[in-house]
Amino acid sequence: MASVEDLQQLIQARIGEHIHDTHIQCGQLTVRIMPEHLKAIATILRDDPDLHFEELIDVCGVDYQSYGMSEWVTDQATGTGFERAANRKQEVRVLGAMPARFAAVYHLLSVKHNHRVRLKAFLHEDFPAVDSVVEIWPAANWFEREAFDLYGIFFKGHPDLRRILTDYGFIGHPFRKDFPLIGNVEMRYDATQGRVVYEPVSIQPRTLVPRVIREDSRYAELNFPEGNKS
Amino acid sequence: MADIRNYTLNFGPQHPAAHGVLRLVLELEGEVIKRADPHVGLLHRATEKLAESKPFNQSIGYMDRLDYVSMMCNEHGYVLAIEKLLGIAPPVRAQYIRVMFDEITRILNHLLWLGAHALDIGAMTVFLYAFREREDLMDCYEAVSGARMHATYYRPGGVYRDLPISMPQYQASAWRSEAQIKKLNENRQGSLLDFIENFAQRFDGKVDEYETLLTDNRIWKQRTVDIGVVSAERALALGFTGPMLRGSGVAWDLRRKQPYEVYDQLEFDIPVGVNGDCYDRYLVRVAEMRQSNRIIKQCIDWLRKNPGPVMLQDHKITPPTREEMKDNMESLIHHFKLFTEGYHVPIGEAYAAVEHPKGEFGVYLVSDGSNKPFRLKVRAPGFSHLAALDEMSRGHLLADVVAILSSQDIVFGEIDR
Repeated sequence: MASVEDLQQLIQARIGEHIHDTHIQCGQLTVRIMPEHLKAIATILRDDPDLHFEELIDVCGVDYQSYGMSEWVTDQATGTGFERAANRKQEVRVLGAMPARFAAVYHLLSVKHNHRVRLKAFLHEDFPAVDSVVEIWPAANWFEREAFDLYGIFFKGHPDLRRILTDYGFIGHPFRKDFPLIGNVEMRYDATQGRVVYEPVSIQPRTLVPRVIREDSRYAELNFPEGNKS
Repeated sequence: MADIRNYTLNFGPQHPAAHGVLRLVLELEGEVIKRADPHVGLLHRATEKLAESKPFNQSIGYMDRLDYVSMMCNEHGYVLAIEKLLGIAPPVRAQYIRVMFDEITRILNHLLWLGAHALDIGAMTVFLYAFREREDLMDCYEAVSGARMHATYYRPGGVYRDLPISMPQYQASAWRSEAQIKKLNENRQGSLLDFIENFAQRFDGKVDEYETLLTDNRIWKQRTVDIGVVSAERALALGFTGPMLRGSGVAWDLRRKQPYEVYDQLEFDIPVGVNGDCYDRYLVRVAEMRQSNRIIKQCIDWLRKNPGPVMLQDHKITPPTREEMKDNMESLIHHFKLFTEGYHVPIGEAYAAVEHPKGEFGVYLVSDGSNKPFRLKVRAPGFSHLAALDEMSRGHLLADVVAILSSQDIVFGEIDR
């Protein structure tokens, strides 16, 4: 098992022209790739004898819409109480925004060389689309269907891009940050009509513990490439 | 020419051999499978989205409910991801306790799998035998956490509490005589470790019992040998991990290859199959139970000799004890902040994987420095295994689909999440 720094240099050398940058955190290598070159990158990563990522472990979507937004002002006094978080009217941006709203994240594993890498492709909000890698790793099939279902990321060239986890006929992409946790519709059996009916939700969203981002001196020396303080 | 069309069969979601809520649409030509299209998501609870709305510690209990037959291993993956981002490591004793309970969980999982797999293929007795041993292991869960299944025992920074010094005993009741109670409580006189040791000594013999019933059984072999064969290359391409991959002959085990906790200090072997069929996967899992038992024995030895803390004393992350909280102002503040707001995890992302009984259970965690996960992705091993069902069952008979499906060790809690 070579060190993660060696892997970083190797990846820079092999696919340097297709990527934005690489960084290491917690001993794990993340490569920010250019989404339009995903297929070329994937082919090299799988077939290069020194990289040899023969196994795709995971594909998932991430929605960075409210990344770094705090529901609670922590650096100054405010005149309002807990209500301001419970009502979710006010959100304070603490960290800088991401390059794009969506990201598709791929986790790769090389069984031969015993190393891992994470690929991250940022996708634009208007039409989040990226090439499918099903031809390169058949394991991607269901993972891409899941990311499409939950985030609406479109995988071009996927043989069977259907919803997978949500209900038949579901509307919307439920893991997006603007999709409410309680959902939009609820269902019940209606005895008079003799069938299951869908209705708008009757419950109110509520926050028990607000999302809070605090200045923390213990982690101040850690340097993160993304989401730097605005 | 006569119009011949393939027959489409709906298998599940209420079929007992569908292992939960799988709806399997099978396209048949006679009795031969042409296409299998699993419809999943009937147990989707949006665990990952729920976790985004609550502080880190409040989601540990949700992890138990993912793969609900290997509860503590799920917790382990989640807790490791948080610890990785926080940059902390639990005390060594806590690591041994975690390893011991991971292996207890592995036995629990494999016993349920063995019983259900055998039952699906038509061997009733193994199911009853397997549940007899599961009962003792459930009691270990109960003794340590108070819950038989959904333990919420692992916490970032250690485990919730040390192993109890006394084992709960059966109480007298109208249904059991005095003599029966005495017999049931015979191995419960000492501590939890004594109870587990007693179990570990018995267990190898019990595995022999299961093997006597199955391994050389002619019917068992007819139903499993050469059924659902997956080559090593194909298994890697399809994203197989755990016993599914080892059954195909790839010696890949995270406990050895990317060791976490104290697995690098323990002795155990990695059983590997040859043919990649249902029978080899069976042999691998049975051999794994023996290896888990071996690890448990080593952990018991170590835990007996080395008392110590089981939780970090960093009260920015782990709560102080009740006594400290009542006499000390600082502790009171820590306690209050931890239970109202929770701790903050530094900005960044981490992926932590454990060798779960079913394969690689990974947790990908993105944090923006707040008290809740920004994004939590659970990589469930069964998800990629079930995705390969179509390929594995093509050309087999309808009855083989049941054998293949149960040899994958499918649990819908983790697939649907």
